[in-house]
Amino acid sequence: MLLLLVGHLAMALAAPALVGWLGRRAFLVLALAPASAAVWALTQTAAVLHGTASGAVPTQVVEWVPTLHLELAFRLDTLSWLMLLIVGGVGALVLVYSSAYFSASAFGLGRFGAALVAFAGSMVGLVTTDNTLMLYVFWELTTVFSYLLIGHYADRKASRRGAMQAIVVTTAGGLAMLVGMILLGRAAGTFRLSELVARPPSGPVVAVAVVLILAGAVSKSALVPLHFWLPAAMAAPTPVSAYLHAAAMVKAGIYLIARFAPGYSTLVPWQVVVLTLGSGTFLLGGYRALRQHDLKLILAFGTVSQLGLLVLLVGLGTRAAALAGLALLGAHAMFKAAMFLVVGVVDAATGTRDMRRLSGVGRELPVTALAGVLATASMIGLPPFAGYVAKEAALDAVRHDASGWRGGFLLVVVAAGSALTVAYGLRLLWGAFATKRRVIPAALAVDVTRPSLVLVWPALALAVLGLAVALVPGFGSDLLAPYANTYPVGGVGHLALWAGVTPTLAITAAVLAVGLVLFALRERVELWQADRHVSLEADRVYRRMMRRLDDVAAHVTAVTQRGSLPLYLGLVLAVFVVAAGGAAIVGTSWPTSVRAWDRPAQVVFGAVTIGAAILTARARRRLKAVILLGISGYGVAALYLVHGAPDLALTQVLAETVTLVVFVLVLRRLPPYFSDRPLAASRWVRLAVGLASGLTVAGLALVVPGARIRPPVSAGFAAEAVAYGGGTNIVNVTLVDIRAWDTLGEISVLLVAATGVASLVFLRRRTGAIFRAGEATPHGRPVWGGLPDPAGALRLHGTADAPASAMPSPAPTARPLRSAVWLRAVPTLAPHRRSVIFEVVTRLLFHTMILYSVYLLVAGHNAPGGGFAAGLVTAIALILRYLAGGRYELGEAAPVQPGLLLGGGLVLAAGVGIVGLLAGGAPLQSVIVDLHVPVVGTIHLVTSVFFDMGVYLVVVGLVLDVLRSLGAEVDRQAEAEAEAEAGPAGVPR
Amino acid sequence: MTPDMRPSIALVVVIAVLVTVGVYLVLERSLSRVLIGLILTGNGVNLLFLVAGGAAGGPPIVGTTPIGRMSDPLPQAMVLTAIVITLGLTAFLLAMAYRSWQLNEHDEVQDDLEDRRVARRAAADQPSFTDADTEDADATLDDEAAAVHDETAEGRTGEVPR
Repeated sequence: MLLLLVGHLAMALAAPALVGWLGRRAFLVLALAPASAAVWALTQTAAVLHGTASGAVPTQVVEWVPTLHLELAFRLDTLSWLMLLIVGGVGALVLVYSSAYFSASAFGLGRFGAALVAFAGSMVGLVTTDNTLMLYVFWELTTVFSYLLIGHYADRKASRRGAMQAIVVTTAGGLAMLVGMILLGRAAGTFRLSELVARPPSGPVVAVAVVLILAGAVSKSALVPLHFWLPAAMAAPTPVSAYLHAAAMVKAGIYLIARFAPGYSTLVPWQVVVLTLGSGTFLLGGYRALRQHDLKLILAFGTVSQLGLLVLLVGLGTRAAALAGLALLGAHAMFKAAMFLVVGVVDAATGTRDMRRLSGVGRELPVTALAGVLATASMIGLPPFAGYVAKEAALDAVRHDASGWRGGFLLVVVAAGSALTVAYGLRLLWGAFATKRRVIPAALAVDVTRPSLVLVWPALALAVLGLAVALVPGFGSDLLAPYANTYPVGGVGHLALWAGVTPTLAITAAVLAVGLVLFALRERVELWQADRHVSLEADRVYRRMMRRLDDVAAHVTAVTQRGSLPLYLGLVLAVFVVAAGGAAIVGTSWPTSVRAWDRPAQVVFGAVTIGAAILTARARRRLKAVILLGISGYGVAALYLVHGAPDLALTQVLAETVTLVVFVLVLRRLPPYFSDRPLAASRWVRLAVGLASGLTVAGLALVVPGARIRPPVSAGFAAEAVAYGGGTNIVNVTLVDIRAWDTLGEISVLLVAATGVASLVFLRRRTGAIFRAGEATPHGRPVWGGLPDPAGALRLHGTADAPASAMPSPAPTARPLRSAVWLRAVPTLAPHRRSVIFEVVTRLLFHTMILYSVYLLVAGHNAPGGGFAAGLVTAIALILRYLAGGRYELGEAAPVQPGLLLGGGLVLAAGVGIVGLLAGGAPLQSVIVDLHVPVVGTIHLVTSVFFDMGVYLVVVGLVLDVLRSLGAEVDRQAEAEAEAEAGPAGVPR
Repeated sequence: MTPDMRPSIALVVVIAVLVTVGVYLVLERSLSRVLIGLILTGNGVNLLFLVAGGAAGGPPIVGTTPIGRMSDPLPQAMVLTAIVITLGLTAFLLAMAYRSWQLNEHDEVQDDLEDRRVARRAAADQPSFTDADTEDADATLDDEAAAVHDETAEGRTGEVPR
């Protein structure tokens, strides 16, 4: 059974490609998925029939999440077998039908096919699973796919609204059902459907649970008062209506009731719900079907009506009624799906489903009309069709089993509903195919085109099947009785074509007669109904409720979402202060003793940190604030060092430096002072919130160290680091091995941040061009120039032409920029921006720093350092080059796209993780290899070094991205702006 | 041996001040000041991690420090991660500040206009958006069904004359 689901899933995933390749013929291939389900069900027939009596039906169980009672448990008893046949058989026919129904150029066929097959798969799962939680999952999957299918024409308002109504109503019911199933599962101690039904728990909780489960069935099977979504869902394409709204999805609710009925139908709430809603729906649906003009709407209300009858029969709780219900379940799938397909043919052939415009269609489409007549005969219960057999059995069951006023009431309801069914069935047939006496205006008249044969035979097949099974009623009885007999009460029922002259036969005759009269008086009935139009339609009530919901949502939004960032943050902080601070005061013990300091140096560095932080808050000048922030950060780094965390200190110093540079790069474009908004009033509030937060965190700092009741996880890290991580620097081994998943996540965040920075500055592309010194335009403005540079051309080439430089070049004109300068691209700078000392220092330091970063990278496993620190050192080296020589110098220093570094780094780190997996360990586990190299000696190679290299590349990529966007690109934008402002006076490029 | 878990008041005071000043700045409207506040708060919380790990000790490097006298390496690894993440966050927020300056000539966080609009409409009891699910249908399902047609093979999509 799991294989069937996988097959549907694969087919659904392949559907868009198949449709793209084969066009609408792909539906024939897709039909194989549901067809396989039906064929498999047929092969299991013998096992199912023998098993349902003895309790040894085909099952399959795969454990999934045992602690949550989630298991992929499947079980095929008679009920599941019947539903599987319907779902698979009708599904396959509908898909075949679709291959001819839609025009080859119809919109979104790939998506449609995928959703339809996925829906079929969900239904297969729904009717075969033996776990209530899985049942819920499949249940909601059918809801989602039906939403997609009803809303197939997403550009039509009616489709969107119908889809929305369906999903809101059925999901609400589904949620209720989930709660009910959990309650029931807790009460019984099992989530197996078969066990829940075999050994039902009892108590008030169970009654509540059963009502909630019924609510799910009521919503799914469109019972009153939630029936309105089904007619609105007729906005779906007709094949969808035939499958979902006749054969499959709406039957899910019936299935659920039939599934639980053997165990729970004797409960009073169950009886109340089933009897009132079932009979109400049966009558209301039939009544409303009598005044629709759209053929599909007649069918929709007819379906609502029949669903009511089905609920009544399978929910009543007696064996004979259950047998009649199962027979009607099968018969209804055949005749209602066939009728929808027939209406689809009429629609396709004439272009309308409005019965007021159709006339004489039966003459033009005789085969279709034949299918329609056969299906209608079954629907209204004419012998010798399946519908007749089922309805006879139903009348018989109600007459025999139910006694007293309840029996009389039920008999009247079933008879009256059946009469309505006869009336609307005939009216439908007449409306679709008859030649009308009344003349149809020329503007509304339609002409008929002959449809493809593929459109006609699925409907005909279903209709003929409805005749064929009825001819061997004993066979059907044998097939379905094993399940019906699991019901608790009542005599065994029978399915028969001829049971002799009984009161039942008389009732049937009366029903047919009344139905005929109603059909003959159809126009008066319509008028009579129109006069008694009630304003309190379920649909309108639903809309009013949704509007109230919108109103409430808007008010709640207005209260909670004020749109002010400080307010939000203030709320978050207030919650933090109250929750964390309150817990600290109430729930913990304050430390009995504290130390003034761990080491005296903490006081010195702490004072610097505090002083700089307070001055930062007071600074009105941006640059001053940023520099003070840096000082405070360096103070924190010193505190790390004193605490015994050299890795942290190193990283903090480097990160603080890079932060400072990034700040300055942006601040040069922002106004020098923070704006002077009149914030004085709120200042004290902010200070109060700040103080409260600060004191809360300080309280946590006092409480948390003493709250420890177990030895720290890191207690064993030292030994593990050496033994498994192959390194002695525990912090680094923690990063690249013990908690490598964290690090992998972190560098992913860095990649995202870098991409975000680049896209905020470059806007349209991921990244700009790499500026190379050789491409600098000689006549343009010099970098960081500010003024036009008339001597630009001279300077760019002049240096190259001067042979009196320190390093004579053999071919000065061929390599103009290499010869005489410390940095290659400095000639692109404006002269007053150059600093020879800076250039020399940069030239001397750059390679040393790169070398040092490589050392940090390699040594990091055993000494302070590692990928983060190494990456930051390289980044600072690049920053130096940029500051000394401008953006062209940056391009010379790192002529790569940062995206390449970021992506390469992530791939490298993740790839190393896979090596651990390939070596037989966990992902990201280190592999230690000792290489014996002659001369050099033994190299102790740990794979996590490569992980660290990935980290290194990502950090370099991040800073390079920042430099190229907030540095180089902002330069370029500023210069372009200046040029634009200078206008014609500027030097032409 | 059990590590010394008595907190150091010096560090606690630094944490308190950093968080206080940081939060004070975060509640402002200028994005660069918000960012500065965020960094200060982050530094404070990073120190909180260290304090939670226990007293100061030697660098957690096997061979350099005897195992019993090391500072706790786990919070250090976490804080190291946090430092670098903060760097990424800084770059991103600064890019946002720059973009905000480009668009609005300032870097202040404005109130969300959409939220304001929702609040205004809610106060006036007007719907904030059109929701087809709540409107009373002006046409019956019959009318709606007559106006549309599936994209069928016969390709009749003609609208019905009213």
